[in-house]
Order: sequence, then C-alpha cells, then structure tokens
Amino acid sequence: MLDLKGIYKTFNPGSITEKKALQGIDLHLEDGDFVTIIGGNGAGKSTLLNAIAGVWPIDEGSIHLAGLDVTAVPEHKRAALLGRVFQDPMTGTAANMQIEENLALAARRGKKRGLGWEVTKAERAKYHDMLVSLDLGLEDRLSAKVGLLSGGQRQALTLMMATMVKPKLLLLDEHTAALDPKTAAKVLEITDKVINENKLTALMITHNMSDAIKHGNRLIMMNEGKIVYDVSGEEKKNLTVEDLMKKFSEVGGHFSDRAILG
Amino acid sequence: MLDISTLLNAFPGYIAQGAIWGIMALGLYISYRLLEFSDLTVDGSFATGAAVTVMLIIMGWPAWAAMIVAVIAGMLAGLVTGLLHTMLGIAPILAGILTQIALYSINLHILGNKPNQAVSVDKYDLILSLRTVNEAIVIALIFAAALIAAFYWFFGTEAGSAIRATGCNQAMAKAQGININFCKVFALALSNGIVALSGGLLAQYQGFSDVAIGRGAIVIGLASIIIGEVLAEAFFGKHMTFWLCLSSAVIGGILYYIIMGVVLWLKLPTNDMKLFTAIIVAIFLAVPYLKKNFKNSFFRLKLAEKKAAKEAGKNA
Ligand SMILES: Nc1ncnc2c1ncn2[C@@H]1O[C@H](COP(=O)(O)OP(=O)(O)OP(=O)(O)O)[C@@H](O)[C@H]1O
Ligand SMILES: [Mg+2]
Repeated sequence: MLDLKGIYKTFNPGSITEKKALQGIDLHLEDGDFVTIIGGNGAGKSTLLNAIAGVWPIDEGSIHLAGLDVTAVPEHKRAALLGRVFQDPMTGTAANMQIEENLALAARRGKKRGLGWEVTKAERAKYHDMLVSLDLGLEDRLSAKVGLLSGGQRQALTLMMATMVKPKLLLLDEHTAALDPKTAAKVLEITDKVINENKLTALMITHNMSDAIKHGNRLIMMNEGKIVYDVSGEEKKNLTVEDLMKKFSEVGGHFSDRAILG
Repeated sequence: MLDISTLLNAFPGYIAQGAIWGIMALGLYISYRLLEFSDLTVDGSFATGAAVTVMLIIMGWPAWAAMIVAVIAGMLAGLVTGLLHTMLGIAPILAGILTQIALYSINLHILGNKPNQAVSVDKYDLILSLRTVNEAIVIALIFAAALIAAFYWFFGTEAGSAIRATGCNQAMAKAQGININFCKVFALALSNGIVALSGGLLAQYQGFSDVAIGRGAIVIGLASIIIGEVLAEAFFGKHMTFWLCLSSAVIGGILYYIIMGVVLWLKLPTNDMKLFTAIIVAIFLAVPYLKKNFKNSFFRLKLAEKKAAKEAGKNA
C-alpha cells in the first residue's frame, strides 16, 4: 500500500537554522494497516506526513502509494489518493463557505471540476444523511458557514470530508490535540468507526500514549527523524504506557507531560 | 452661492460614471474578495481596456468587437500578474505593481505613442456616450446586471467553487485536490478582463482615452466595494447573499460618484480630489473595524476604566 524508502528531508540546508527533520525513513504499510505514531516534539512526525502528502519535495528517497510512484507528483494531484485531517481545526475546512459547499468540494477530490453545479439536490440529501450519522446536530445546518462551528465539529466534518471519497491512505496529524478531552474522545470514536467501516489504511499521530496503544494494529515511535520502535499485533496490544516510556528513554528521547498524562 | 440645480443637473452623469466604475468593482471583487489577492494590476488593465477599445474603433472596428479584444487584452494582463506570482514566486502586491508599470508603456504604444486619443460619438457608432446620458445609465446597468448573473452562475459551479476555496483556505484547497496556482491565474485573468471591459465603456462614455485614465482605479474600485458593503450590511444585516454582495459593489460605485459630485459642488478645490477620495475610502474601511471593536471587551473595559477614573477624580 505505502512504501517509503530512504527518505531524507532537511529544512533550510546550509543555514544556521538547518534542521535535519527526516533522516532515512523506511516504512512499509499493508492494506488496512492502522498505524499510530508517537514521538517527542520536533521528532519529525508531521514532517513525515507532509512528505507523504507532498507539501514540499523530499531531498532523497522514494514514495510509492497504491502501486504508484508519487515521489514527484505535486500535492494537489496526490490528494486524489489521500485523506488528511490536521492538528488545527481551521486548516481542514473553508470557513467562509457553507457546510454543504465544503462537503461538495471534498466529494470532488481527484475528479475534474467543470461547470456543473457545485451542490446538487441529490447531494444535499446525501450529505444530510451522512451528517445524521455523525450525531453532532449538523444535519440541519447544511447551509451554515463552517466558520460558525466549534473546533470539534470542524474536525469531525474534516474527517468526513477526508473519507467521503475513499482515500488509499488517511493521514491524521494530532487531529484531536486542539479539542477538550470529551470532544477529543468523541472525534477519536468517529475516527475508529470510519476507519473500520471503510477498511481504510491510516497513519495517526498522537501525543497521547494510551490512545496510541488503544487504537490501530501497529505503533511506531520516532525520534530525531528516524523510526526507533515499531511494534504490531499481539505485542502492541499488550503494551503499557510504562513500556513506551521506558522504550523512549532508552533512545534518549524526551516526552512532554502532556504525553504521559492523558 | 451654491445652486442645488447644478448638482441635480449633473446627477445623471454621476450615476452613469458610477455604474461604469461599479462594473470595474465587480472585476476587482474577484481578486480582492474571492481570491483575497490585492491586485494592483487593475490601474493598468483599466487603461489597456480603454486604449484598445478606442484604437480599434478608430480603425473602423465595430464597438462590440473592439470591446471583446479589450477584454482579452485585460485577461492577458491578469495572466502576467498571475504567472509572476505563481511561477516566479513574486508577492501579490509586487506582481501587480510590476504588471501595472509595464502596462503604462504598453498602453502608450497602443495609443499610438500619444498621451490621448479621441473617439467622437459623431464619427463612430459607440455603445454609450455622455451625450445621451440616460441611455448610457441603462446600458451600463444592463452590463452590470449581466455580469452579476454570470458571476452568480459561475461561482456556484464546481470550477467557481474551487476558486472560492482557494481564496478562503489554500491548505484545504490543496488537500482537496485543487490546483491553487491554476485557480489564482484563472481568477486574475477573469478579474482583469472585466476591469478592461469597464475601461472600454468609460472611454466611449467620455469620448476619449488617455494613458492616465486608470490612475487610482484600485482605490475607486475598493471604495465601491466597501461603501456598498457597509451600507448593505446596515440594511440587510449579516445575512448577505452573494448576489446582494455583488449588487452592492455596483451601487457603491454609483454612491462614490455622487459623493464626489457633492464634493465638487461644494466648490472644494479640485486639486484636493485625491485627498478626499483617500479620506472617504479610509473612513469606510474603518467603519467595519471600529464597529467590531466597539463590541470588543478590551475597548469596553478601557471605556469603563476611563469613566471610573473620571468619577474618582471628581470625588477626590
Ligand atoms: N516547513 C518547515 N521549515 C523549517 N523547519 C521545519 C518545517 N517543518 C518542520 N520543521 C522543523 O523540523 C523538525 C521536525 O518538525 P515536525 O513538525 O515534523 O515535528 P513533530 O514530530 O510533528 O513535532 P510536534 O509533536 O511538535 O508536532 C522541527 O525541528 C521543526 O522545527
Ligand atoms: Mg507535529
């Protein structure tokens, strides 16, 4: 499904702010893998997801997705294969546009955008039903501007937008970090449901170790631009937060308090 | 002695000119409001539209055909600004200024290396003229209405929505597979095509074009958009539909010219016109900001503090 080989990325090379963000990443994902990613601040987690999404070109290595070499494919074309939810609830939606317009934009991900109507009647009915299943009370506010929604509602909406055209790979970058605990739990629950129902392959960054253990079938830990720990199957299921903490201090990493609590 | 009848006599002229500039404001609306791109190309592309229209009519082209070429010329100008920004990474304002400066020379060439060219309604078949001002008002408003209808349709389509998404949130647009560079270039071309159209209309209306016809166009266009918005919000509140936003830009253009007409009628020195323009635009730009601030807690607390300090001073 996803094949990363020897990925390197250095920001601002040659200057005093030079940062080697990715230093030789090799990663292979099977169809249906749901991988959680943990690691300290600046470990390169977001950089890894951005490299896969094509936000900027990588320095070295190759990225294969669903059998295609996408290493040189620009971000907007790669988007046809990817669903993305970001840490900041503002990033994933267009605030000045209506809920139904945002959904309609997402429904056309990877398709040609022509001179047909953006939101048809049939679509509106479909969106209504989809929002009912989210259970956030958004189904009756289809024509409300997204800017009026709460952070949690926006993240749930972004998640729906990321998956309504089934992505080959779903990228979640700390998508619950900006939410209060109760809302975060709700959005995580929706995430699990969407991934299971659609049998999606997913990468999810989280700062919460128990979430990282609880969700998905595989866990990787990053430090200084490298993957330093990779577990799956039974071994992952039996992990405890203490195990992860120990593993982490072994590689010389440092976790914030936020990661331990939670 | 101020004579109200001179003002009233001049009124139709102000409405006609205001409606023509309102069309320009519709073009600017695409870059300024939908794309959120401060495009200074318009001063140049307005004059390009005027120059191309006048010269082709003088060469014997029918006015409508001349205006189609003018629109294409304006679109090319927008294309250049778009490419300077997306391909060469030049900041929006600078990209626009560069095209605008370049157009100054190009517009002089189009005008046959003369600062101005006349196109008299006696000699040529023009679409509108200040000689028949009431008719000119109707024609300008028909153009504006047709454009509003076209906008309403286009920005409701898949392609038009992609442009709106690009203006609203680039990261989101890219994540949804939208080619934001293409959207920007396309929207800038469209915007400047409409600006050139209004330039062509103004040149015919006044019967000549000069190389400075577009000077300050960006400010007049912005003034029209902002005046329209402030007033429409006062009447309709926050629930502004798209067609209302567009119509208010045209109405804003007309109001702008009426305000300017009153300033002239008050016999304020014409040399200071640009100064008045800047002041009026600054006032209307400030209104939404100040209104928001008024509801803001910092502002209210500060007021309350001042009041309390005053009271304390009195009591002491
Ligand atoms: N666009 C960029 N330009 C310059 N430096 C960057 C850029 N993006 C990331 N970096 C740097 O690369 C390093 C890795 O950043 P990254 O965002 O991937 O960390 P992270 O693991 O996601 O951390 P966090 O948990 O804080 O989100 C950091 O030192 C960061 O400052
Ligand atoms: Mg991050």
